[in-house]
Amino acid sequence: MHAIEATGLWKTYGKGETEVTALRDVSLRVRGGEVAALLGPSGSGKSTLLTTLGLLLTPDRGQLSLGGEQVVADGRITRDAARLRRERIGFVFQKANLIPFLTALENVLLALEINGLRGREAQARARELLDYLGLGERTAHLPDELSGGQQQRVAIARALAMNPPLVLADEPTAALDSHRSRDVMQLFRRVAHERGTAVVVVTHDHRTLDAFDTVHEMEDGVLRTAPRVPAPSPA
Amino acid sequence: MNLAMKDVRHQWPRFVATGVGLGLLFAIVLAMGGIYRGMVEEAVVLVEKLGADLWVVQRDTRGPFAERSYVPEVLATRARAVPGVRWARAFSTLTLQPVHRGRVLRLTLVGLSWPEDRGASLPLVSGRVLGTAHRELMVDRTLGLALGEALHLGDDTYRIVGLTQGLVSSGGDALAFVSQSDLERIQNHLAPEARRLARVAGAPPMDPGVSAVLVGVAPGASVEEVRARLARWGDVTVHTTGEQKSFLLDGVVDKARRQIGLFRALLALVSGIVVSLVIFNMTVAKTREIALLKLMGARLGLVVGMILQQALLLSLLAYGVALGVSRFAFPHFPRKVVVGPEELLGVFALSVAIALLASLAAIRRALRIPPTTILAG
Ligand SMILES: Nc1ncnc2c1ncn2[C@@H]1O[C@H](COP(=O)(O)OP(=O)(O)OP(=O)(O)O)[C@@H](O)[C@H]1O
Ligand SMILES: [Mg+2]
Repeated sequence: MHAIEATGLWKTYGKGETEVTALRDVSLRVRGGEVAALLGPSGSGKSTLLTTLGLLLTPDRGQLSLGGEQVVADGRITRDAARLRRERIGFVFQKANLIPFLTALENVLLALEINGLRGREAQARARELLDYLGLGERTAHLPDELSGGQQQRVAIARALAMNPPLVLADEPTAALDSHRSRDVMQLFRRVAHERGTAVVVVTHDHRTLDAFDTVHEMEDGVLRTAPRVPAPSPA
Repeated sequence: MNLAMKDVRHQWPRFVATGVGLGLLFAIVLAMGGIYRGMVEEAVVLVEKLGADLWVVQRDTRGPFAERSYVPEVLATRARAVPGVRWARAFSTLTLQPVHRGRVLRLTLVGLSWPEDRGASLPLVSGRVLGTAHRELMVDRTLGLALGEALHLGDDTYRIVGLTQGLVSSGGDALAFVSQSDLERIQNHLAPEARRLARVAGAPPMDPGVSAVLVGVAPGASVEEVRARLARWGDVTVHTTGEQKSFLLDGVVDKARRQIGLFRALLALVSGIVVSLVIFNMTVAKTREIALLKLMGARLGLVVGMILQQALLLSLLAYGVALGVSRFAFPHFPRKVVVGPEELLGVFALSVAIALLASLAAIRRALRIPPTTILAG
């Protein structure tokens, strides 16, 4: 059973002169515990694919199963997309997108609360994650009191808080220095390998490629899987 | 975790400022109602305090509050002889603008028929009722004069012996009470020409005349029967106190009521629009946060609840401000503002209704925000 199993996805934006086909018959499989990279030039359709996998965008055609459950059939979302997103998917984007009036801790707690998890257990879990990401001292800070990298780590903690089987990240390290970028990628690896989470990361950063189990490249809406890169030896 | 409260705390100065502004608007809505009620109360307060059952006025007139009425003073004596009449006394008013310590006062003098009426039925707050028929005066405290102060009226100087509260004419002027004979003296001083002409013409001394004769009906006697007997006199028309009051309200207050009603409706509309805009803008300002919540798969109730709670909070804050203003500022208004429980409840209901209605547009907008908004930069 695959964490993601996409077959024959098509997506076209616009009509007539402005028509852009961003996904052309895209098929993709990602197993639990696998960290997959999505490479490709700007405008090649990476974000479109990621948002489709995250049920934020409905494809025109194609099927999608998450964790063995069919969620898109013939270009139609067949399940409660919001529910699947809150229970099964963690998102990380180029920008942290934290809620500005909530502290670091509260931003993480929010993801838990949306899933009905509150109280001591939620607090403990959120603190533990922030600690793990090196933000133990910053839990009571508002986003604008944190550096860009710290904010991004809070966003990652938020995405991982519910322990989702699938994490989708769109250029999560673009705002980070190379040192921090490596740390974030290592974290994804660790989560994937320890918890069996499937992680798909859109990246431009070839320096971090050795952290991925598989590399997929997109070009003009077409996906092709690159020859397997050698798995790095554990740090 | 309450998102609505967290957001408000994050930007409380703006929220509070908006609430206070809105509160002042609500306070005006409250004041409008209160001013109308105050006008009604003030318009009829004198009629009520005089305690008469019947008003004998000039034939075919609606009495001294509606138009000029003149009846001979001697009618009071004649009325006392009518069966069923317990008491009868002359009633006159005279509006003056005396200058006192360089300030122009506006007051309406009421003559009390000495010695039966010394002002005992009036709501005295300090001093005493009239002790002699001459050069003593009771005034309402709204005039701003102190007990013991002297006031020059006509040819004489009057001493203030008592202060009343809440007694104003239907025009809002403070009432002052002197004996009927003093009132006539002041009246004559103001119109010496008329008196001189009458004397020159060799006419018999005029009955100076009063505005009306007030009649109290004896216990057990029928007001209608006494009225019928008095009405048989010819030159007069007899009104009940109820009629007197409705004349007052019809004339002075009715137009004001419609005007104020219109104004209030307009204000309520303006408040509604302002709250809607504020709530809508607060929601637009949170577009990214709402998109994020949706992207994270939050239930719509969370988003709707946040908007509704903020709208209600804003309205309640504004209502609280309006309440505070009504308590601490309205008593200093130049005219009486009566804010009763129905009024408070009404404006409360209005503020809640406005909040709920105002949220509709914002909620509609929030529900339409696509979660992918967050991805676009
Ligand atoms: N909402 C939209 N409406 C119309 N066209 C769109 C929309 N979103 C994306 N596109 C188009 O679809 C194509 C793929 O866009 P997409 O954002 O998936 O590219 P990308 O690979 O993520 O690029 P980048 O690396 O610059 O982020 C582009 O040509 C883009 O212009
Ligand atoms: Mg992109």
